[in-house]
Amino acid sequence: MANKSGYAAHLRTYLTGYVLSVVLTIAAFWAVLAVGRENKSVLILVGLLGVAQLAVQLKCFLNVTTQKEGRDNLALVLFSTLILLIIVVGTAWIMGNLAVRMHTTM
Amino acid sequence: MNGTPSTSNPSVNPGQVPGAIHKDPDMVIFGFWVFMMSDLIFFGVVFAIYITMIGATAGGPGPRELFDFGSLFAQTMLLLTSSLTVGIATVTMKHQRSQASFLFWVVVTLILGLGFLTLELYDFSQMAAQGGVPQRSGYLSAFFGLVPLHGLHVSFGCLWMLVLIVQICKVGMLDIIKLRFLRLALFWHFLDLIWIGIFSVVYFGGWVYG
Repeated sequence: MANKSGYAAHLRTYLTGYVLSVVLTIAAFWAVLAVGRENKSVLILVGLLGVAQLAVQLKCFLNVTTQKEGRDNLALVLFSTLILLIIVVGTAWIMGNLAVRMHTTM
Repeated sequence: MNGTPSTSNPSVNPGQVPGAIHKDPDMVIFGFWVFMMSDLIFFGVVFAIYITMIGATAGGPGPRELFDFGSLFAQTMLLLTSSLTVGIATVTMKHQRSQASFLFWVVVTLILGLGFLTLELYDFSQMAAQGGVPQRSGYLSAFFGLVPLHGLHVSFGCLWMLVLIVQICKVGMLDIIKLRFLRLALFWHFLDLIWIGIFSVVYFGGWVYG
């Protein structure tokens, strides 16, 4: 494990990640509770905040970086994300389309 | 890995246990990443089922009746804070601080994890009291397939933490136990990533569209 930066620097990375995550979480809760009842497009904002928080935690907590020694992990995470998106978006697309054509509500 | 240190190997001198680690630690960690990503795909499939089931309440209670955002926020904060404390424990271990301070942060993480589980179970019991049980509708089946799956992961993480605490108390901070803890920390951070998906998609998505 890398030991090049000191104890305080390591600790600061985790604390930064934590504070950013708290802010992003509160923003998402606030957005949904404030306008979620009338406005469905609030989910776009929630999605963006969620992706931002995923990025923060991957960087600060899970140590996934673009530096050379972390390339294997990064490649693994990116490939898994691709598979994940194909599964989830593909399913939502096909089943949503089916629901519209069958005139069922979804 | 070869399980707990054998009785023929009772050395309590960290880093001096011959044959305790057969593999390159980086490879062990990478292997655990591969497991976590396969687990991610598993969660992804269950998320996909949930998304197709939004609205399929069959006349039963839906998200607007069942979800309690106060409790959800408390659960989110508990899990997020436990992700920080397990990180602090990792830093304490990497910089060879005292074993007591390391154990303190692991125990704090365990307590936060158990607090999260308690609130989650309380939430499920509240939902059941309002008729929100898995067999009521396709929507609720999908909900109870996904959220308790995450809770089950958290439960096993807590069990893992307990076992590590016992091992550290018995044999001290051996290299092999440090490596186990690093994987536990990764797993715990990963569960918080999944939780971001759960509150965004399951709770907010379900509530806005349901």
